[in-house]
Amino acid sequence: MLVIKNLHASIDGAPILRGINLEVKAGEVHAIMGPNGSGKSTLASVLAGREEYEVTEGEVLFKGKDLLALAPEERAREGVFLAFQYPVEIPGVSTTNFLRTAVNQVREYRGLNPLDAVKFLSVMKEKMKLVEIDQKLMSRSLNEGFSGGEKKRNEIFQMAMLEPTLSILDETDSGLDIDALRIVSNGVNQLKSSETATIVVTHYQRLLDYIVPDFVHVLFNGRIVKSGTKDLALDLEEKGYDWIKEEVKAASV
Amino acid sequence: MSKDNQILEEFTSKEYEHGWSVNLEADEAPAGLDEGIIRWISAKKEEPEWLLEWRLKAFRNWLTMIEPEWANVRYPKINLQSLKYYSAPKQKNKPKNLDEIDPELLQIYERLGISLNEQKRLQGIAVDAVLDSVSVGTTFKATLSKLGIIFCSFSEAVKEHPELVKKYLGSVVPINDNYYAALNSAVFSDGSFCYIPSGVRCPMELSTYFRINAANTGQFERTLIIAEEGSYVSYLEGCTAPQRDENQLHAAVVEIYAAKNAEVKYSTVQNWFPGDKEGKGGIYNFVTKRGICAGDHSKISWTQVETGSAVTWKYPSCILKGDYSVGEFYSVAVTNNYQQADTGTKMIHIGKNTRSRIVSKGISAGHSQNSYRGQVQVMKRATNSRNFSQCDSLLMGSKCGAHTFPYIDIQNSSAQVEHEATTSKIGEDQLFYCNQRGISTEDAVALIVNGYAKEVLNQLPMEFAVEAQKLLALTLEGSVG
Repeated sequence: MLVIKNLHASIDGAPILRGINLEVKAGEVHAIMGPNGSGKSTLASVLAGREEYEVTEGEVLFKGKDLLALAPEERAREGVFLAFQYPVEIPGVSTTNFLRTAVNQVREYRGLNPLDAVKFLSVMKEKMKLVEIDQKLMSRSLNEGFSGGEKKRNEIFQMAMLEPTLSILDETDSGLDIDALRIVSNGVNQLKSSETATIVVTHYQRLLDYIVPDFVHVLFNGRIVKSGTKDLALDLEEKGYDWIKEEVKAASV
Repeated sequence: MSKDNQILEEFTSKEYEHGWSVNLEADEAPAGLDEGIIRWISAKKEEPEWLLEWRLKAFRNWLTMIEPEWANVRYPKINLQSLKYYSAPKQKNKPKNLDEIDPELLQIYERLGISLNEQKRLQGIAVDAVLDSVSVGTTFKATLSKLGIIFCSFSEAVKEHPELVKKYLGSVVPINDNYYAALNSAVFSDGSFCYIPSGVRCPMELSTYFRINAANTGQFERTLIIAEEGSYVSYLEGCTAPQRDENQLHAAVVEIYAAKNAEVKYSTVQNWFPGDKEGKGGIYNFVTKRGICAGDHSKISWTQVETGSAVTWKYPSCILKGDYSVGEFYSVAVTNNYQQADTGTKMIHIGKNTRSRIVSKGISAGHSQNSYRGQVQVMKRATNSRNFSQCDSLLMGSKCGAHTFPYIDIQNSSAQVEHEATTSKIGEDQLFYCNQRGISTEDAVALIVNGYAKEVLNQLPMEFAVEAQKLLALTLEGSVG
């Protein structure tokens, strides 16, 4: 589904990603871990098409298409979803109104008829259950005055509404208490299928107890320096990142 | 170039939709301004002597006045002697009812989406359409007159209801009020007149649609709304003009009188031609709008969505004379390209326990300058008066400007006056977030701007609100790439 080849990206001329190689197949869950500043969030942003980042080398294929050639909204309509680490507030625009605009633009791109108000509300009601989100939040301005947990739930709720094929969760666990973490993870797990894939970007192993990855990759200095199964995440939890840094250092000498 | 700047560079590309004009045979005054022209206009309109005298008095006052320069707008001096002060589309015979109106005139309004044909109108809105200098037709007259409501062109009111016109004309905006109001008083050609008798709640929205068609013509219309005790009316005003290279002057006066327990809601969607992308052409919109809450417990509410005009100079105001009277001002002013807007309100608290509320939302893009200028005045006698003002500015790009000039003058220590102001920018983050959900950038801007202006748009009557939303999106279309 997603093939990343030798991806280099920089911001304001400073290189952040220095040759990422990764293949994600349908039905898989990949976890991207790594210390602060290793480039995890940058990778998520570059895949979603944030323009501050300049891709200097490499390519990304999504369902066989050149992902980097597409505008951010086209990537979204193709099925790439990014759950933001810091969801943005839009005053005066209700979550319902925002999502209806989004869902219908995505549907139009996919050759489907727009959902009318009644149908849209019934789909919304059904998906709200997934993340146990409060109906009241739907009529409030998007993310404005939402608690950290509410914002993250809202991200997963939007994911459910947009039915992406590739979901990228950027530190979705940050700022969540255990209960919220469980609810959010449940939502993600229920949305998984053999046709979709998930990339989970996180600092902590904790989230991976709930969303169990098929593969774990460690990002350091803009490269994937180690890949393994979920046991790798447990090792990292126990030993920290220093031993990996040592290994990288030793290998480069 | 950063994305933000690029976005804003590309933003300024949408063409003005109503920029067409129609070749109509017109009955025009020669260019120039002197007492002779005023006599010519007055004679043309077969006006009574007292009105001619009133005009001449205004003109003589105007001669002693100088053009105001305090507003935060820059434009070359207007040569008032080169303008024509009267232009009326030639109609073969004076129409007695709507069926007799020249089909060509009707077509102009159909093209604007305004049907003067009553059968075709689904929504209950009565329309008075003003083209250049004169009113071409008023709909739903019969329905309204059953309730005793008078809704007609100003010229007709002068003929049919001289006692009302004489009593109220100039009572809220005196002839020597300011330079443009004085000019208007001298040369005004037509406009709308509306009278709601005691205890009557007007069952439909009343609407005036102004359009400038002829070139080199100033449009000076006069609107007078009188709401008697316990009455209610909601009044709408819309404006468009053809696209021309030269600037055109529009200097209107609106007066509202609200008696005890009366309520008047006045909504404007102003979409005069704003000039092209380089700032060439466009309407100079120098308007005086004022209402007086003369009776206790009366209320006047101004709502405006200002998207057009090259230069706007406009401060719809309320004089809160009656005790417990209420004044409101809700405004969205959008400027793009080289537009300049200096707009706001005055709330003058004279009565006890008077309340006023000001919500102003400015949106600037391109190279435009957008200023809020507001005055809150609490007089000695106005105990327990309250005012709340909120002035927000939204900037799109780094070449435009937003300014706030609040003036507060309190002479009674029991008054409570609050002022809040914010300035924000449409963030790249907000746009990216929308894009990431599959929303195109154009639609994202429309969504964000409408969200920002929601509090004001909510004040508009339903179908007007939808129009206004579209207009906001259209005005800003292309400003973000």
